[in-house]
Amino acid sequence: MPEFIVEWLNQNDIFTAMTLMEYWDGLVTTVHLVFLSLIIGLVVAVPLAILRTVKNPFVSGPIWLYTYLFRGTPLLIQLYIIYYGVAQIHGIQDSFWWEIFREPLYPALLAFTLNTAAYTTEIIRGAIVATPHGEIEAAKAYGMNWFLRMRRIILPSAARRAVQAYANEVIFMLHASAIASVVTIVDLTGAARNIYSRFYAPFEAFIFVALCYMALTFLLVFAFRKLEKRLLRHQRPVSS
Amino acid sequence: MFDLKGYGPELAAGALVTIELAFLSLALALTLGLLGASAKLSGNRFLAGFAATYTTLIRGVPDIVMMLLFYYGGQVGVNMLSDYLWEAYEIDFFFQFDPFISGVVTIGLIFGAYMTETFRGAFLAVESGQIEAARAYGFTRWHTFRRVMVPQMLRHALPGIGNNWQVLLKTTALVSIIGLTDMVRVAEEAAKAERMPFHFFIPVAAVYLALTAGSELFIKWLDKRAHAGVVQGS
Repeated sequence: MPEFIVEWLNQNDIFTAMTLMEYWDGLVTTVHLVFLSLIIGLVVAVPLAILRTVKNPFVSGPIWLYTYLFRGTPLLIQLYIIYYGVAQIHGIQDSFWWEIFREPLYPALLAFTLNTAAYTTEIIRGAIVATPHGEIEAAKAYGMNWFLRMRRIILPSAARRAVQAYANEVIFMLHASAIASVVTIVDLTGAARNIYSRFYAPFEAFIFVALCYMALTFLLVFAFRKLEKRLLRHQRPVSS
Repeated sequence: MFDLKGYGPELAAGALVTIELAFLSLALALTLGLLGASAKLSGNRFLAGFAATYTTLIRGVPDIVMMLLFYYGGQVGVNMLSDYLWEAYEIDFFFQFDPFISGVVTIGLIFGAYMTETFRGAFLAVESGQIEAARAYGFTRWHTFRRVMVPQMLRHALPGIGNNWQVLLKTTALVSIIGLTDMVRVAEEAAKAERMPFHFFIPVAAVYLALTAGSELFIKWLDKRAHAGVVQGS
């Protein structure tokens, strides 16, 4: 190792084992929060997207309103409304829900899930609507009923069209999760803010987390590129 | 029901701060986007590399981390510079980093990176025949850029600019975290003091919703104007 790096490592008081553990715990919280909200959000979004394409306005209307409201307002406000709002619900402080919602993690999880579900619903809806009509006609000609058609033809084909936009949404969610630190959750950004205020060292504290987020982002980009290649392998040019 | 407990004027002032912040950041983002896209398409390896590094770095880091870095780091940087200037040259220089400037700079830088991509795609969508024709008429590079490429590029860039603007508008809420008294900050303080979160956050959410909905209509109108005279196949 070059001399100056060794010297720097010996001299630095900030990146000790203790602060690195704090960053690690923050990383675990961030990944935990983002992963859970994305999974739950996706599970919620698929049926909502299907219902959103239904012609009946009493079915699609409320879902449209939900996605419109959550996509038209900042996530920070949604988080504040849920975080400060649950404590105000009459009688919640005496019920068992209070044990869950007293922790800031669950209001944040709820806000992130609702937000990502709204965006994902619109992404999947767009992909469903863009299904080539011939594919649906062919499925009907084979005598497939609505459910089978959805499962075997429309959703797999929509997934291929949605994967790129969904990858962007996942990265957006990872970056948006950094605001969890404002409701006292010690995620990656929360750890950086604590370490900044302890050492008054903004560059070390924040550049280090920026690099952590960047590494996570590139990991996700790489994974989604692999997935996309796999999903679209039938379109790959034939190699001679 | 719509009694804001005397916080009404403060909230309105906060809303104005939010709007000012959004427009100034947009101006910076558009400038950086044009510069970035020009650099990427310039054919100069150094410039293109620089722009590519800029967009990649920005898109890998959360906006709030960048904001904290600029706000806290900027002040420490200025302090270091002013100490150095005083010791070396006895020049008295000081500059207080305020949340508004940090917000404009960070949001401008972040959306500058997204605008770079938007403009790059739009420039590439201008037919090369148009550029060749301009050159054949003896236009200089600058004239080709200003008279032929920019007006035609804008039509392709408009939907992308519109999307970026919508996201930018919502990002301005984050500046309340570094202490700017915008609409979100006022609502937060009022909600805490009065213990009425819904009462203050829902009107603020409604203002954001009105801003995004209004922008959507305006962008649609602009898009229609930009496509005047363009025959679109259907």
